[in-house]
Amino acid sequence: MNKLIVSLSPHVHSGDSIEKNMYGVVIALVPALLCSLYFFGMGALVVLLTSVLSCVFFEWSISRFILGRQELTVTDGSAILTGILLGFNLPSNLPIWIIIVGALVAIGVGKMTFGGLGQNPFNPALVGRVFLLISFPVAMTSWPESGSLSYADAATGATPLYIMGQAISEQDASLLKQLPSAFDMLVGRTGGSLGEVSALALLIGALYMIWRKIITWHIPVSILATVFVLAGVLHLVSPCYADPVSVVLSGGLMLGACFMATDYVTSPMTPRGQIIYGIAIGFLTVVIRAWGAYPEGMSFAILIMNAFVPLINNYCKPKLFGEVSR
Amino acid sequence: MNVILIAVIVLGLVGLISAVVLFVASKKFAVYEDPRIKEVGEVLPQANCGGCGYPGCAGFAAACVKAAESGSLSDLNCAPGGQKVMEQVAGILGLQASAAAPKVAVVRCQGTCDVRPHGVEFDGAHSCRIQNMTGMGETQCLYGCLGEGDCEHACLFGAIKVNPVTRIAEVDESLCTGCGACAKTCPRGIIELRPQGPKGRKVVVLCNNKDKGALATKECKASCIGCGKCVKTCEKFEAITLGVNLAHIDPDKCKMCLKCVDACPRGAIKAFNFPPRPPKKEAPAVAPAASVAPATEVKQEKKEAEA
Amino acid sequence: MKTFRIGGVHPAENKLSASSPIREAALPKQAVFSMFQHIGAPAVPVVKKGDTVKVGTLLGEAGGFVSAPIYSSVSGKVSKVDVALDASDTRRMAVYVDVEGDEWEEGIDRSTDLVKLADRPDLDAKTIVEKIKQAGIVGMGGATFPTHVKLCPPPGQKAECVIINAVECEPYLTADHRLMLEKADEILVGVQLLMKAVGVEKGYVGIENNKPDAIVLMERKAEKYPNIEIVPLKVKYPQGGEKQLIDAVIGRQVPAPPAIPINVGAVVQNVGTAFAVYEAVMKNKPLISRVITVTGKSVKQPSNLMARLGTPFQQLIDECGGLPEDTGKVIGGGPMMGKALISLDIPMTKGSSGLLIMNDKEARRTAPQPCIRCAKCVSACPMGLEPFLLATASSQHMWDVTEQNNVTSCIECGSCAFTCPSHRPLLDMIRLGKTTVMGIIKARAAANAPKK
Repeated sequence: MNKLIVSLSPHVHSGDSIEKNMYGVVIALVPALLCSLYFFGMGALVVLLTSVLSCVFFEWSISRFILGRQELTVTDGSAILTGILLGFNLPSNLPIWIIIVGALVAIGVGKMTFGGLGQNPFNPALVGRVFLLISFPVAMTSWPESGSLSYADAATGATPLYIMGQAISEQDASLLKQLPSAFDMLVGRTGGSLGEVSALALLIGALYMIWRKIITWHIPVSILATVFVLAGVLHLVSPCYADPVSVVLSGGLMLGACFMATDYVTSPMTPRGQIIYGIAIGFLTVVIRAWGAYPEGMSFAILIMNAFVPLINNYCKPKLFGEVSR
Repeated sequence: MNVILIAVIVLGLVGLISAVVLFVASKKFAVYEDPRIKEVGEVLPQANCGGCGYPGCAGFAAACVKAAESGSLSDLNCAPGGQKVMEQVAGILGLQASAAAPKVAVVRCQGTCDVRPHGVEFDGAHSCRIQNMTGMGETQCLYGCLGEGDCEHACLFGAIKVNPVTRIAEVDESLCTGCGACAKTCPRGIIELRPQGPKGRKVVVLCNNKDKGALATKECKASCIGCGKCVKTCEKFEAITLGVNLAHIDPDKCKMCLKCVDACPRGAIKAFNFPPRPPKKEAPAVAPAASVAPATEVKQEKKEAEA
Repeated sequence: MKTFRIGGVHPAENKLSASSPIREAALPKQAVFSMFQHIGAPAVPVVKKGDTVKVGTLLGEAGGFVSAPIYSSVSGKVSKVDVALDASDTRRMAVYVDVEGDEWEEGIDRSTDLVKLADRPDLDAKTIVEKIKQAGIVGMGGATFPTHVKLCPPPGQKAECVIINAVECEPYLTADHRLMLEKADEILVGVQLLMKAVGVEKGYVGIENNKPDAIVLMERKAEKYPNIEIVPLKVKYPQGGEKQLIDAVIGRQVPAPPAIPINVGAVVQNVGTAFAVYEAVMKNKPLISRVITVTGKSVKQPSNLMARLGTPFQQLIDECGGLPEDTGKVIGGGPMMGKALISLDIPMTKGSSGLLIMNDKEARRTAPQPCIRCAKCVSACPMGLEPFLLATASSQHMWDVTEQNNVTSCIECGSCAFTCPSHRPLLDMIRLGKTTVMGIIKARAAANAPKK
């Protein structure tokens, strides 16, 4: 007989694991991935492959050679996920070396400097994205039009967000007529970063994650609802603000609300905190989109609110059993 | 030009107002602190080990100054600093330092893997206190070292380490300051603080097993079985007392004659830092050892028969 | 369907022995009676080496009010009064009895005839409580809190209902389930006795929905017993926790410690306790045996045994086909809250509801990974705590933070560690924090006491 094992209870485990959650998110991203391949062809493939491979490489090399860790965490899927999300946030004609720099910042600065998985206060993919956006504003904001399948010389065009921004800054509601229809924006026949164009594919992924209990509904719903309501109010005040449906379907909002803001490590722990977090992100997004210098506000809104997560966690404690009197 | 001028004036004004506010605040809200607290703090080791029972060295300094008002430092001792630091503190406060012997931690367990088999396997967070919550732990001895290294984590000076081969904590006396952090954290109370002794010499019962002899024999080959032989050898000095099936040597009464070390049938008493005794072992020591050995065997057999 | 409101998890049920009827276990050769079979003061041995005892002879008397006497479950000779390994995995005082024959003390009714409450009009509340106290009955669900203490509410508190815990939310265990199927009438009379003892008019029996046969049977039988309601409950762990059960059945939440269930008017007893109460009061039989589930995926014959207390676990395993080759862990109790045993010579006690044998692969924990702050532990915690925070604070020795975050409310159900995707030993750490904080609170109370 073997030696008996002793340990404290519980002696069984649900079988859940980090890998299951991470690869679950990756599976949820597959519809959006297929859409991006359909709309951007080679460009999407090159950008995504570069992004994923360099993220995994940097995670491995930093934890192996700089942190000197023996147990490597590359296989847990978090680096792959960061790579996909970073790629999704980039235009499909971005030069490869910029993507590699972005991956280095995302993994190196955004994640490993804080100690790796679970320790980072900011969403690594967004750290990389925002770094690139500030460093290479032209390359990062000239998006190829949907359907330009080659990588090298894709035709670039105006994105819905750019049109909205123009309409607001010139106070000219007629510019909004250039916006693609809501259906086009839903399926993704519009310009933009490669993973964010198809709101429908992202929604399918989000529903899958909610069904698999990887995330709860609180963060995506509160973000989308807040954006919808605020955009609606603005639209009523002045017609040069786009209608709320277009606002919700355009840009990186859906990707951010369903996949970036719900990142475990950088979102609050309690449902109450998650709703506060979501409302604040929605509010900031609308504010930045309407009056900010950049057309897209989602990345900044999420990063700003990431910084507030410890504070939210501190104030939104779960309700203790028995606090409800009788 | 105008812009520069405005900037200079504005900044100058802001600076001036802030300076006035700070000046008024520093006068108005000044807190008087006994300057001796700072002086005492400067001579302390600043290890903030907490061994004195106060929150860090600053807390200890304040406690010293407060105690000085009542005229005695007798309850206060900075273990890492030792007698030297306490004399300096006493000097600052104009008092006499009480003579406290410097102490050192002793791990009272010799239950290595060979003498105390690990019958079961512990699977869980690596902490002695957590393993202790499972009951007996990995071995059959409820009193022995668990070897997960809580003391090692508690020690700020790197003086105590768990030997990976024997799985027993070992103290490096040259680094140990006697602050007692390890003794406080040990869930089984194995670690005892003992006076360092002249030249570091001391004689200690290295066992904490309070079970009856027969059981203790079964649990560990190096256990104290409470037979009382050492107590008899030490009748002259009365340094050894027998507690609950466990002998204990009073460091103040021990004359370091080492008779108990030879008398112990279990090898549970150990002498620290004594020079090796090769000449003694050759001729005189063998004879009593030989005469003792059969007696123990008989006794053990008897006890096993009882069990 | 009703259930408790906060948290909870769904472990795989694995009720392997649900269809195996209760059978009598053979008498052991030597029975060992630990004096620590309950929470509170240990029993004090009243026999000495060489004494002859019968089934039902007093071996140890209660060592205080919160304590319970211990009776011999076998007849024979006391071979020694010495320390013995018990289910707590430590050596504590025990009485060893070498078994000879099977003689019973006089006055114990061994027939199986049902005695109804109406047949015994002489019983009043005080007599019932006294009988329960004399019989040494403790909480049979595993907590082993002396039953008579719960039946004597502190002054100023009034019980409103008795809730019987027939939830059996632990995976694998089926002892209560089988007991309900086979002794339904006895249990219901026991419930009536408990209701009479605390002077209430309402009794509930909470049964989880995964035992439909027991619910149907109990509902049919309960028609004949006024004021007893069978409450089917949605399956969710830890519904068998006292506080969770009260919340599920009557929708009231017991406030944080030091509040106890009686503060919301409830007295909770296990279904096994109700049966023991029936036997003690109506049959004059002290607590000498109980139903224990011996189970595990590799066990040849997972069974429910009616075994005498003091029987070594080794013997119970032998009756169920012997110890499997690949055994890794033997657990006294269920897999969520049970205790891993270090030896099979440990005897069963009043709280032994199950014996679970896990194979080596199941038994090992997966290596912990970093916390990814997924908050699954927060949503699983039935007490509304933040396990990740408590565990981190405990491992950093930040006892004040641990205390401020209500570590003392933790019921150690294990839902957090069960659900953690990073396999972190959350409950190990929280236990460390809880014991330390309890010690700090106690020391503080002791330091403040003389000043008052």
